[in-house]
Amino acid sequence: MATTHASASAEPTRRDFLFIATGAVGAVGLAATIWPFISQMAPDAATIAAGAPVDFDLSHVAEGQIVKLFWRGKLIFVRHRTPDEIKAAQNTDLSSLRDPEADSARVKPGKDQWLVVYGNCTHLGCVPLGNEGAFHGWQCPCHGSVFDTSGRIRQGPAPINLPVPPYAFTSDKAIRIG
Amino acid sequence: MSGHSTYEPKSALGKWFESRLPIMGLIHSSFVVFPNPRNLNYFWTFGGILAFMLVSQILTGVVLAMHYTAHADMAFNSVELIMRDVNYGWMLRYLHANGASMFFIAVYVHIFRGLYYGSYKAPREVLWILGVIIFLLMMATAFMGYVLPWGQMSFWGATVITNLFSAIPGVGEVIVSYLWGGYSVSNPTLNRFFSLHYLLPFMIAGVVVLHIWALHVPGSNNPTGIEKKTNKDTLPFHPYFTVKDAFALSCFLMVYVWFAFYIPNFLGHADNYIEANPAVTPSHIVPEWYFLPFYAILRAIPDKLLGVLAMFGSIAIMVFVPWLDTSKVRSGNYRPVFQIFFWLFVINAVILGWLGSKPPEGMYVIASRICTVYYFAYYILVLPLLGLFETPKSLPASIADSVLGKGGSGAAMAAGAAASPSTKG
Repeated sequence: MATTHASASAEPTRRDFLFIATGAVGAVGLAATIWPFISQMAPDAATIAAGAPVDFDLSHVAEGQIVKLFWRGKLIFVRHRTPDEIKAAQNTDLSSLRDPEADSARVKPGKDQWLVVYGNCTHLGCVPLGNEGAFHGWQCPCHGSVFDTSGRIRQGPAPINLPVPPYAFTSDKAIRIG
Repeated sequence: MSGHSTYEPKSALGKWFESRLPIMGLIHSSFVVFPNPRNLNYFWTFGGILAFMLVSQILTGVVLAMHYTAHADMAFNSVELIMRDVNYGWMLRYLHANGASMFFIAVYVHIFRGLYYGSYKAPREVLWILGVIIFLLMMATAFMGYVLPWGQMSFWGATVITNLFSAIPGVGEVIVSYLWGGYSVSNPTLNRFFSLHYLLPFMIAGVVVLHIWALHVPGSNNPTGIEKKTNKDTLPFHPYFTVKDAFALSCFLMVYVWFAFYIPNFLGHADNYIEANPAVTPSHIVPEWYFLPFYAILRAIPDKLLGVLAMFGSIAIMVFVPWLDTSKVRSGNYRPVFQIFFWLFVINAVILGWLGSKPPEGMYVIASRICTVYYFAYYILVLPLLGLFETPKSLPASIADSVLGKGGSGAAMAAGAAASPSTKG
């Protein structure tokens, strides 16, 4: 025993190597065991599969109307904007915005009247009320965030604009979300 | 423990068992002869009340779980079936729902008791921190329990609280989708909340065991804040404190069942009798009353991440109280300046609760900010500085002196109880 101790202070022994190697394998094994318990929390295969694209017919949405629909369990607003609302959104001074984004970047080219945005407030997820607030876009009843007619954050605690989901026009009067 | 007597089994079977598992001796020394300071007032009965409420919530909860269905399509109806079809289901549910509120009333009294009498100071820091952990577990349990009926407030409360984690830079959105098990609060969320709501009370029970263990090392603090020194300072737990705790519990239960039977929905929200609808948020969403002060702090700050940090920080800061308070004197009874700041802190907390129930606009936001500043200033400025500048009153020489006094009102009690404190009545 005395010789083992003496050599331990001088240079690593075979026992030191075995100790570290065993510990390393144990740590990897522990991580590999924990991972399934974390991973199971993620959206499961059925939930992801339910995210297939959704087709939506715009012809029934009257000017000035806001329609709600769901894609991947998330609420989406489709807003048929009036000329005044479009003008207000386009004539906004970008430097006055918290999350500067031009209105043209939030709609499809030539489709200024159609605004498609996620319908949950970017603060804590409540559903803002349409045509409310100082900018006549949306106002959130929970914590008072105010969005304009382009869905951009103007007042209140929300940090970013209502995001635009991935979508494309499949015809003049129909969109596909996803 | 500086003992009154030690446990000695009388029967042969008792001796046989005790030598193999000395549990009766543990119970005897912890809850029969355990020497408690003789001057404990009724604020010290809330520990026992809390233990009762935990057991009561577990009992009613386990039975409710036998009738409840944790599925987004069926949860709301299953709760209505409990209310209408299950024998006494209405009673069990109202006891459980109001029991949560009573649990929080008791825990807030218990916490303010500890803050006033300096119960967190050495050598009780670990005891105090275990209490903060229990409080956090209670909040998590209550929050997830409130989601289970799957009403409008359940759904939107869950949405707002889980979205708090989206404030974390970078990984926030991923964490939230892992909490949900989807892209919004949905069936997987309800299912896992039910599982955890059933689990956490048993974890609370485990930490409560540690809490009592840590308590029984130095023993209870007391209104004078000075340690017990001789047997004259103490009385055995049974019958003196078992009876006192039982009386206080009976009074508390009268309030509890009055709520459960006469105004069972007073503390709830009408919106929660509307089934969850992910397309519509109720016009005015508020959490349950016991979360309102923390909710007010969240809304006082006009930045998402800082608001969330302030809210969690308002609870986390309690962990550091034992080291923030620099005063050598434990009990607020002997700290005249501290008393002023302490009661301002209590009033401030109540006002924060009231502000949390109001819409986040105008004067309410300004008032919330002022109250939030005082909430943190109490911990960060008042407690450290007061210990350096305040001149405390002189302390009594012992607990017995403070009770028996010099011909004070304690004299009558002294004759009976003090004569032979070790004997059971």
